[in-house]
Amino acid sequence: MSPDTLPAAVRARRRTPLKTLGPGTWILILSVAVAALVVTFMTIDLKGNLGYVLPLRANKVAAMLLVAYAVGISTVLFQTVTGNRILTPSIMGFDALYILLQTFLAFTIGTQALMTMGAGTRFILEVVLMVGFSWLLYRWLFVGGGKSLHLVLLVGIVFGTLFRGISSLLQRLIDPSEFVVLQDLFFASFNNVDSSLLGVSALTILAASIAGWRIRNRFDVLALGRETAVNLGVNHRTTVTQVLVICSVLVAVSTALVGPITFFGLLVASVAYQLCSVFRHRYVLPIAVLLGAIALLGGQLTLERIFGFDTALSIVIEFIGGIVFIALLLKGSVK
Amino acid sequence: MITELSPTDTQPTTPRRRVLLLPALAVLAVVVLSITSLFIGVSDVSISTLLSDSSDGTAGRILLISRIPRTLAILLTGIALGVAGLLMQLMARNKFVEPSTVGTVESAMLGILVVTILVPAAPLLAKMGVAAVFGVAGTALFLLILQRVPLRNTLVVPLVGIMLGGIVGAVTTFFAYRFDLLQSLNSWMVGDFSGVLAGRYEFLWLVGALAVVGYIAADRFTVAGMGKDFTTNLGLNYRGVMALGLVLVSLISAVVVVTVGAVPFLGLVVPNLVSMLIGDNVRRSVPWVALLGAGLVLVCDILGRLIRYPYEIPVGTVLSVVGAATFLYLLLRSRRNVA
Repeated sequence: MSPDTLPAAVRARRRTPLKTLGPGTWILILSVAVAALVVTFMTIDLKGNLGYVLPLRANKVAAMLLVAYAVGISTVLFQTVTGNRILTPSIMGFDALYILLQTFLAFTIGTQALMTMGAGTRFILEVVLMVGFSWLLYRWLFVGGGKSLHLVLLVGIVFGTLFRGISSLLQRLIDPSEFVVLQDLFFASFNNVDSSLLGVSALTILAASIAGWRIRNRFDVLALGRETAVNLGVNHRTTVTQVLVICSVLVAVSTALVGPITFFGLLVASVAYQLCSVFRHRYVLPIAVLLGAIALLGGQLTLERIFGFDTALSIVIEFIGGIVFIALLLKGSVK
Repeated sequence: MITELSPTDTQPTTPRRRVLLLPALAVLAVVVLSITSLFIGVSDVSISTLLSDSSDGTAGRILLISRIPRTLAILLTGIALGVAGLLMQLMARNKFVEPSTVGTVESAMLGILVVTILVPAAPLLAKMGVAAVFGVAGTALFLLILQRVPLRNTLVVPLVGIMLGGIVGAVTTFFAYRFDLLQSLNSWMVGDFSGVLAGRYEFLWLVGALAVVGYIAADRFTVAGMGKDFTTNLGLNYRGVMALGLVLVSLISAVVVVTVGAVPFLGLVVPNLVSMLIGDNVRRSVPWVALLGAGLVLVCDILGRLIRYPYEIPVGTVLSVVGAATFLYLLLRSRRNVA
């Protein structure tokens, strides 16, 4: 095992000023911040028909929290499994794949059938396909060995481009009226989140979380790398599959809710590693989720109240995330 | 190894005949495709309608106003983008870069957007100029960042470029959103020849001319790609050559984006295919790049027009699928070769 594939746990020991606070303290501080943001979001500038405004805002907040949770957990777990700190499900083209699958289904059976099929069935079908893809990807990553992370990254990004290309090609082939329905399915931004979709998403996330909770003790072991994990008695293959399934489910939820945000996960996970003095999932995971919630709530609040316009949040995240990504490359933290 | 010193003697006659045969076939293919392209469309334009006396000359006018300009625009775009990609690859000494993977195209779009917001009434030429300046700046920024990447391996270069393009693209979308210009932005993002008419594409002749300049100067870019010291030792002005290359690539991208929109991956796929076919002699490969570029855009445009006839699928969409798939193939293949 070469030094650069050493688990994040070893490298994370380098202390930065941020790490002088314990992870528990950080979780506390961040939780308070999230709570404050939620309260602000719900109450700021409150006027008009409360019976209308409040549920609308609550929907938005719920969507943001769900997305923060899904993206935070899926990114950290994906990075643990793949043993790196720069690949994320989004960068590897998972969101684009989700949209491609939706488009493909709409193309083959029509949006009408897609809608009547029921969210549950559709969701299961999509998740199964996505897990299949992630499994193939994973096999390719690890079988044969010696693959450079850069190659994996580039292939992931190009896969994303390819998926988006095929999606837009199929979308052009679909009837224009069907296309409108489809577009609504994809880009439900925070402003018009369907409340029924919220319910399904929350349930799905709950199911994924329970599955994750049952194998939580194996996460830290997985972070030590494949060989060590196997030596310590973890059935690597099975556990990794389970984690990838969970990741796929979470990515599907967040993409269904707000559409693709490529760099959000990278951003949140990178900061979480910086804050956490000990790399243990019981700390890193909640910190990542809380940071995600702060970024979404705070960002949306700033955009809505200060700049007076909506939905551009994903663009801002894309901008900052892209810079972080290049910075990580320049720092040479990817080798 | 004496034979290597006199390659002309050792070359058997058959390959040399093939050297003549292949270009002839390629030219023929492009000509056939161009003629096909002229006769595809909703309104009835065929040899018989053109010749028959009964028609009132509508077919002829359509041919002159719409079909011929469109086909010419396709040819010029294909030639120029292929050459621009080749130049970019020589300058960055990397096979995986081209104007749309290093941020040149995105920067040019940002430029157009800035002009559109600040001076909405600016003439097309001014828009192109500003777009080109932004393109130069974006590409220069890319080369600058590249110098700072600690390990400059083959794969980091396109990665940095794609990310830079993403960042610039995010800025562009941000302002487009603010100023309600997302729709016009979309028309630049996806290359589409359906709007090409006589009077609206003529600037593309400029990129054709730039491609010729690129051909004449091609050798210099090879040398410049070897590095500053090497270039200076050979008596070439390194900065001058790099500047010329930057301006050529950026101008080509800017003009194409303004007139037809972004045509992704073309500059990446075509030079790589040519290099696989005939090797890396730049002088020899430029004509091939031009031919293959023109041919590929023609094929993709014809496909886009036929798949969902009578509707059209933009060539940019078709090429993003074809191009991304080829890019993946090249990536995975290169790994096997290196390993």
